Amino acid sequence: METGTSRVKRGMAEMQKGGVIMDVMSAEQAKIAEAAGATAVMALERVPSDIRAAGGVARMANPELVEQVMKVVSIPVMAKARIGHYVEAKVLESLGVDYIDESEVLTPADEVFHIDKTLFTIPFVCGAKDLGEALRRIQEGASMLRTKGEPGTGNIVEAVRHMRLINGQIRKVQNLSKDELYNEAKVLGVPYDLLLNIHETGRLPVVNFAAGGVATPSDAALMMHLGADGVFVGSGIFKSDSPEKFARAIVEATTHYEDYELIARVSKDLGEPMKGIDISKLHAADRMQDRGL
Amino acid sequence: MRIGVLALQGAVAEHVRSIELAGGEGVAIKRAEQLADIDGLIIPGGESTTIGKLMRKYDFMDAIRTFSESGKPVFGTCAGLIVLAERLEGAEEPHLRLMNMTVARNAFGRQRESFETDLDVTGIETPLRAVFIRAPLIKEVGENVDVLSTYKGEIVTARQGNLLASSYHPELTDDYRLHSYFIEMARQAAGERG
Repeated sequence: METGTSRVKRGMAEMQKGGVIMDVMSAEQAKIAEAAGATAVMALERVPSDIRAAGGVARMANPELVEQVMKVVSIPVMAKARIGHYVEAKVLESLGVDYIDESEVLTPADEVFHIDKTLFTIPFVCGAKDLGEALRRIQEGASMLRTKGEPGTGNIVEAVRHMRLINGQIRKVQNLSKDELYNEAKVLGVPYDLLLNIHETGRLPVVNFAAGGVATPSDAALMMHLGADGVFVGSGIFKSDSPEKFARAIVEATTHYEDYELIARVSKDLGEPMKGIDISKLHAADRMQDRGL
Repeated sequence: MRIGVLALQGAVAEHVRSIELAGGEGVAIKRAEQLADIDGLIIPGGESTTIGKLMRKYDFMDAIRTFSESGKPVFGTCAGLIVLAERLEGAEEPHLRLMNMTVARNAFGRQRESFETDLDVTGIETPLRAVFIRAPLIKEVGENVDVLSTYKGEIVTARQGNLLASSYHPELTDDYRLHSYFIEMARQAAGERG
């Protein structure tokens, strides 16, 4: 009997496919998310849009909050640790969370190194905006990826950019000859073996979700259309006018992302989505996607 | 044999792949009407609360019951096993209520307790590598249910006529013998239908 094998860790993410993982800030919100059909919840003290507004240092959630959320739902509970913060991640593991997000939404604890995720029994998800970042995170032990997008903006453009870029780079790698692969590994800054695997299979070896800017059912469906395995929704649900309706509608649009009549139907009577931010109005220092490369 | 995989949420592609490795044809099933075109149905792993909700929303409950009553086989893995059960421990409302068994969800604990192991299964010659992820357990079965394997004394594979259930994920390894077993069930059922 073996725990924490890569099959067990990656398999956990496989079970989330086609699903929606929702940010929640309280036990009560976690129950709403579960009732709406979320496949997991991410327990945190502030959703990304509030982190932007509050400024200061954003850290791991209070263990009490994480435990309260774990107590009230039967679906998996995830929590965020700061990039490079080994101890926050170990604390979350000791609490028994099911997945850790080593997340650029929080203020990085280390500007060079990520956590060595192979030292954990529980799996990690990490953000990536290109194939180089994606394969570096996998090499460090990530069992699941997500686009970085631009969290807390309610603007899907960055998640689209990252999903298209990664999938385009995978197609390119598939078509390289072996001698070109050696150089591509150098250019991307990734291990050759992982790149060879992409070349041979034409896909990432782990699940890749969309995240960072999903605000409407159509946004979620668009990301599925572009090849995402599932969707994270951060601020999009509990910063909307009617969280329960938005949560249910985003779940349905993710499952039936090619059924446009259905998406039209679930998009009616939702009220206002979260207010969005134009990416070009963000200062460079406020771009979360540029953290942890 | 055309084997459908219920594609509302969860590990659909992995089951389709295992079915094809085992020589069958795998089809993702998103709508109840598609059930008419398949010889057997797999309900995959995922989150049972999500899958159950979407099954109700998209009229799969009666459609799958009718499918099963017609003699066509249904195979539930992990969350799929929960969905098949007549009785569930805890607060979750049972879903299809097809298999005469009581199931406990997340019976081994949280993700850090998830594991893989070699498992003897009746009808399969050598041990199967079984991956248990936040897995459920079958706590008790009715007289009409055959226990095909146990892990540490607890039931993890069971069969009741044309219904098959496993706590673990046979679709996460390259060993497709349990899928071959299920295709054989579908072939026999098709033979009996004539």
